[in-house]
Amino acid sequence: MIRKVILGMVALMVMVMAASMPAMAADKIVKVDGSSTVYPITEAVAEEFQKAKKGAIKVTVGISGTGGGFKKFCRGETDISDASRPILKKEMEVCKEHGIEYIELPVAYDGLAVMVNPKNTWVKTMTVADLKKMWEPAAQGKITKWNQIRPEWPDVPLKLYGPGVDSGTYDYFTEAIVGKAKSSRGDFTSSEDDNVLVQGIAGDKNGLGFFGLAYYEENRDKLKLVPVINPTTGKEVLPSEQTVMDGTYQPLSRPIFIYVSKKSLDKPEVKEFVEFYLKNAAKLVKEVKYVPLPDKAYKLAEERFAKRKMGTLFGGEAEVGVKIEDLLKREEKK
Amino acid sequence: MERSAGGSRKTELKKRIAITKYWDHIFAIAGLLSSLVGLILLFTLFMDLFIDGFPRLSYKFFTSFPSRFPESAGILSSWVGTVLVIIVTALAAIPLGVAAGIYLEEYAGKNWFTDIIEINIANLAGVPSIIYGLLALGLFVYFLKLGQSILTGGLALSLLILPMVIMATREAIRAIPNSIREASYALGATKWQTIKWHILPYSTGGILTGIIIGLSRAIGETAPLITVGALTFIAFLPAPPLSLDFPFISFKWLLDPFTVMPIQLFNWVSRPQKGFHINAAAAGIVLMVMTLIMNGIAIYIRYKFRKRIKW
Repeated sequence: MIRKVILGMVALMVMVMAASMPAMAADKIVKVDGSSTVYPITEAVAEEFQKAKKGAIKVTVGISGTGGGFKKFCRGETDISDASRPILKKEMEVCKEHGIEYIELPVAYDGLAVMVNPKNTWVKTMTVADLKKMWEPAAQGKITKWNQIRPEWPDVPLKLYGPGVDSGTYDYFTEAIVGKAKSSRGDFTSSEDDNVLVQGIAGDKNGLGFFGLAYYEENRDKLKLVPVINPTTGKEVLPSEQTVMDGTYQPLSRPIFIYVSKKSLDKPEVKEFVEFYLKNAAKLVKEVKYVPLPDKAYKLAEERFAKRKMGTLFGGEAEVGVKIEDLLKREEKK
Repeated sequence: MERSAGGSRKTELKKRIAITKYWDHIFAIAGLLSSLVGLILLFTLFMDLFIDGFPRLSYKFFTSFPSRFPESAGILSSWVGTVLVIIVTALAAIPLGVAAGIYLEEYAGKNWFTDIIEINIANLAGVPSIIYGLLALGLFVYFLKLGQSILTGGLALSLLILPMVIMATREAIRAIPNSIREASYALGATKWQTIKWHILPYSTGGILTGIIIGLSRAIGETAPLITVGALTFIAFLPAPPLSLDFPFISFKWLLDPFTVMPIQLFNWVSRPQKGFHINAAAAGIVLMVMTLIMNGIAIYIRYKFRKRIKW
C-alpha cells in the first residue's frame, strides 16, 4: 500500500516536472557580472530599479572581477559587464568570435588614494617618481627604507600594502605609476580584501598603501591621505570628490564602466535597466561614496546608448565597422 | 642494618610510584588543555561574532534582501538559497552515496576493480573543493546546460560530500557483527532482504551522522559555488515550489539563480562601511548556529539509534 502511494507520488512529480518545464524561460532577468569596484554602484542601481518595477524585473549582480566578467560577457552569458578598466584587445577578440557587440558606457570615477599611518609626520607630498621608485619591479629587495626614496625622510623601514594582483585597481595603479600594467615589486603585503590593507596601514607607523577612495572615507580616523603632485600642472592635489571629478587628481583617477551587450537589448528589461542606470547614476554613485561624472557625461552616455553606438572609445581599432553605423542610421530613420 | 636497607628500598619504590603518578597527572592536564583548545577557540570565535553581530539579529534581518544601506540589508535571499541548495545536495548525495557504500561493503568482491574504486574514493575525499567547482562548471553548466542555478550548486556540493557519505556508510555497515548476516541467511533470506531488514536499519544511525556532518560542511562551502556562478546580489526569491495554479507543484526554483550565506558574508566583510561588517558578524552567527544545530541533530540521532540496537 505505502509502496504504491510512494510510486504514485514519484510518477506525479515526474509529470509535474515535465509540465512545468516550458514555463521556465518566462522570467524577466537582467544579468550583470564583473568588477568588484563597480559592484556597489550596480548593486545600488539594481536595488532601486527592482523597487521601482515592484519586482516585475529581476536583476542579478555577480562579482567575477573585470576580467572574469568579460569572459562571461563575451560568451553571451551575461547582459551587462561591470568593468573598472576599458575592455582589452584580447577580450575584444573573444567577443568578436562569439558575435557579441557591446555599448561602452562610463558610469563613475574612482580615485586611487595613497595612504600612510597618521603617525607618519615626514611625508607631506609625493610625486609619481617617488611612487615609482617604491613600487617598480627593480625596487624589490633594494628599496626597503624611507630615506632611500628621499634623503630628507627618516631611516626607517618602508612597508608597502596593495590590492591583490588580479584586481583592476592593481592593474590601473601599476599602469599609471610604473608605466606598465601588472608590473611591480612582489615583496609587498597584498590582499584582495581592502579592509585588510586598512588594518595593515593603521597598525604600522612605517606603512604605505593604495586603494579606492571609498575605503579611506570610511576610515578617516585611522589613515592619512598623501597629496600626489599632478605631473602636468606640478601642483599637489589631495584626492577628493572635487579633485577627482574636475580631473586635477591625476594620474590616479580613472573612469569605470558598464558594457551592455547588443544582443541583450532585444530584451526590453535590459534597455529599461540601462536607461534607469544612467538616469540615476549621479545620485546613487554619490551615495555609495564614488565620484559621479559631470552631468554632461551622463547625457552623452545616454545619447550614445540611445544611438546604440557600439564598441569602445579606448582601443582605437575597436570602433566597429561601417555596417553597424549604417544599421543605426537606418534605425534612426524609422 | 637490614631494616634500614629495606626501608630505603621502600622509600625508593614509593618515590618511583609518586613520580609515575605525577606523570599521570601531567598527561591528564596536558590532554585536558589540548581538548580545551578547540572549545576555547570556538567559544572566542563565537563570542567575537556574538558581540559584534547580535544586536543586528532581528526578524527584519532574516526577511530583508541585500541592500546598499547596511541597516536595511538582510539575508533573506542567502539563507533561502543555502537551504534550497542543501536540500538538492542531500537529495543527490544520499541515495548515490548510501548505495555505493552498500555495494562496496556487501556486494563487491575483493578484486583489483574494487581496490581501484576504494583508492579513488579515498583520494576524492582529499581533493580541494575548488576542483569540484571546476568539474561542476564543465559538467553541469557547460555540458548539461543546467545554467548557474540552484540545481547546479546543489549537485556540485553533492559531489563534494559524496566521498564522505560513502565512507560513513561503509563504516556504519562494517560495525554490524557478521553473526547478524549469518543468522539472516540461515533463515533463508536473500542478500537484499538481509540488507533491507537488518543491515540498513542497524546502520542508519551511523549513516545519518555521516550525512549530516557532510551537509554541515557543505553549508560553509564557498569556492565551488562561486566557480559554478552563485551570484552576490540577488534581491528576489526563487520561484515558490507550490502554487495555486495547475499543476500546483513547480520545479522552476531548481533552475533559478541563487546566492548563499558564505558568499553574502564574504561580500559584506570586504565592504568599506562598518555597518556591513556588523552584518557580516550577524550572518556569521546565523551560519554557525545552523552548523551547530545540524551537528546537534547528528549527535542526537546517533544517541537514539545506539540505544535502540541491542546485540
